[in-house]
Amino acid sequence: MSMKAEQQYIDLFSQCEDLICRKSAPVLNALRAEAFADFEQLGFPSLKGEDYKYTDVARAFAPNYGLNLNRLEIPVNPYDVFRCDVPNLSTSLYFVVNDMFYNKALPKAHLPEGVYAGGLADFTQAYPEVAARYYGKAASLAKNGMVALNTMLVQDGFVLYVPKGVMVERPIQLVNIFRSDVDTMANRRILFIVEENAEAKLLVCDHSIDDVKFLANQVIEIFAEANARVDYYDLEESSVSTTRFSSLYVKQAAGSNVVVNGITLTNGLTRNNYHVSLEGEGAEVSLCGMSVLDREQQLDTYSHVTHHVPRCTCNELFKNVLNDHAIGAFSGRILVKQGADKTSAYQTNRNLCATRECRMYSKPQLEIYADDVKCSHGMTTGQLDENALFYMQSRGISRKEARMLLSVAFTSDVIDHIRVEALKDRLHKLVEKRFRGELAKCAGCRICK
Amino acid sequence: MLEIKNLHASINGKEILKGINLSVKAGEVHAIMGPNGSGKSTLSSVLVGNPAFTVTEGEVTFNGKDLLALSPEDRSREGIFLSFQYPVEIPGVSMVNFMRAAVNAHREYKGLPPVSATDFLKMMREKRAIVELDNKLASRSVNEGFSGGEKKRNEIFQMAMLEPKLSILDETDSGLDIDALRIVASGVNKLKRADNATIVITHYQRLLDYIKPDIVHVLYKGRIVKTAGPELALELEERGYDWIKKEFE
Repeated sequence: MSMKAEQQYIDLFSQCEDLICRKSAPVLNALRAEAFADFEQLGFPSLKGEDYKYTDVARAFAPNYGLNLNRLEIPVNPYDVFRCDVPNLSTSLYFVVNDMFYNKALPKAHLPEGVYAGGLADFTQAYPEVAARYYGKAASLAKNGMVALNTMLVQDGFVLYVPKGVMVERPIQLVNIFRSDVDTMANRRILFIVEENAEAKLLVCDHSIDDVKFLANQVIEIFAEANARVDYYDLEESSVSTTRFSSLYVKQAAGSNVVVNGITLTNGLTRNNYHVSLEGEGAEVSLCGMSVLDREQQLDTYSHVTHHVPRCTCNELFKNVLNDHAIGAFSGRILVKQGADKTSAYQTNRNLCATRECRMYSKPQLEIYADDVKCSHGMTTGQLDENALFYMQSRGISRKEARMLLSVAFTSDVIDHIRVEALKDRLHKLVEKRFRGELAKCAGCRICK
Repeated sequence: MLEIKNLHASINGKEILKGINLSVKAGEVHAIMGPNGSGKSTLSSVLVGNPAFTVTEGEVTFNGKDLLALSPEDRSREGIFLSFQYPVEIPGVSMVNFMRAAVNAHREYKGLPPVSATDFLKMMREKRAIVELDNKLASRSVNEGFSGGEKKRNEIFQMAMLEPKLSILDETDSGLDIDALRIVASGVNKLKRADNATIVITHYQRLLDYIKPDIVHVLYKGRIVKTAGPELALELEERGYDWIKKEFE
């Protein structure tokens, strides 16, 4: 079974390598051979391994998905299917349709001098040196079959590049749209580079606008150079027939400050891998996520934060609310290397299970090889507080409404980690709508409506 | 207004209330006193529908309705209010959202549209003044980080917001210093009207110096064993409960 799932991708690459390369860019092509060799050797992670116990990767990749290696134009105008009328959030709104950057009508955003927001293939032509310096440098091929697969097939993606000392005040928004009449696989890639003393915020929203099966295998590389301040927000509102494998890598230099916040409101099966490498003293990361899962939704979160040097801080907070037959998994590892003294590392995972049928698997882990550190981890999985529910009912609030208010409250501290006020307010409302069952099928980005 | 007949209730199979009879009319203030473990808090819990307790016998009607057949939320909407002995902390739910949900649920039950934002804030401001509750507390999470006195004042504030027909104050005096006690009691008195009633559950006479009862009951071993005028509370204060216990041993 498992070899078979890999074989079709090995065959695909062997047969189409020329085409893939021709319709891409040299910087991307340069890593393909190595990625191919790694993928052949590693294959998909196995259910038998410790890290993929709850997500059957081979099974997700086994079906015959269509890939747009020819880079045929997808007949869709994202501005039509997707209207954005909140100027303070969306002056810089970009689209990736499946895995192609949509460059037909670029936003008339006034980005500061030197900032690049746009397609990955174009970026490698415009900034070949910067691209070569960063592309593939945070995501390690050799250890991860998913990254290797993405790297061998990826042809385009999105880049936000902020040079030294530049502050981009307003958040940049990228919308990933899945649009197809046939089952489709997308190899998405994001490169988010913030140089010394620079600052930027990126919000990425996922939407699936058709009912066919979608499979995304995406790699996100975030580079925070010395004293950079970086926000990455990920809002997943795809569809029950969308499967997503996401490998996010953060590389942080001294004094950098990064927030990563992943919110899943609608999906099918999602695996989010977060790898954070704290490589310069005084780097800080806040790694958060929350999900509302019901029906057969599944979210498997894996995080691995490595403290290489002294005086870095990591705050990790993941919360899940499960209902119906949903399945959640959390595996969090914080590794404090020898010599990484004065480390502060905190990890919390809390989950609510509303039914007997839903399942949550959680494995917090700390691995410490330094002496002088402050570290903690904690995990709870349980139900809503009956005393609080009764107290609210005794004031006339229906049990259903009380459950909703408590569920919203449960996840609100994750949203509070967002450093864009307008986005925070919107997400609080969006999450409440989700709990009220008012988010039916995705019909564009609700952030903007 | 409230008619309790032969009420029996148990928790985990243990019978706590063993045949309570009580009648409360509009405009009245009843005090229910009694030693620890006599069933005072159980009575208040049963009246508001706490699911931990099971009614095994008897009936309760509230303004002609079968109270025991109603859900806790509908009892509240019908006009019953319990000031909790131990108010519950609800992290993450702001007082504003909590109160708005409660007020609107009451309005919906009466067939009224939701309260407008301005009216609601005005209402919050007015009712807050009754118990001198700080604006800061009103914008915080429900009871979270409130002192004991603040929690009790917050209970009376909620009572003022919901304007119940029958208020049950369960040990509202416990944990209050003398100033807080005065504020809470004066809040209760300000809310008193000819068409509503109050049941004050307390150990001590102290609170009854501020909230004057019309009728005083003594609850002992799950039954009301004595009913008299306010002078009974003074007598209990002076002599304790032993003489009553002896009568019923």
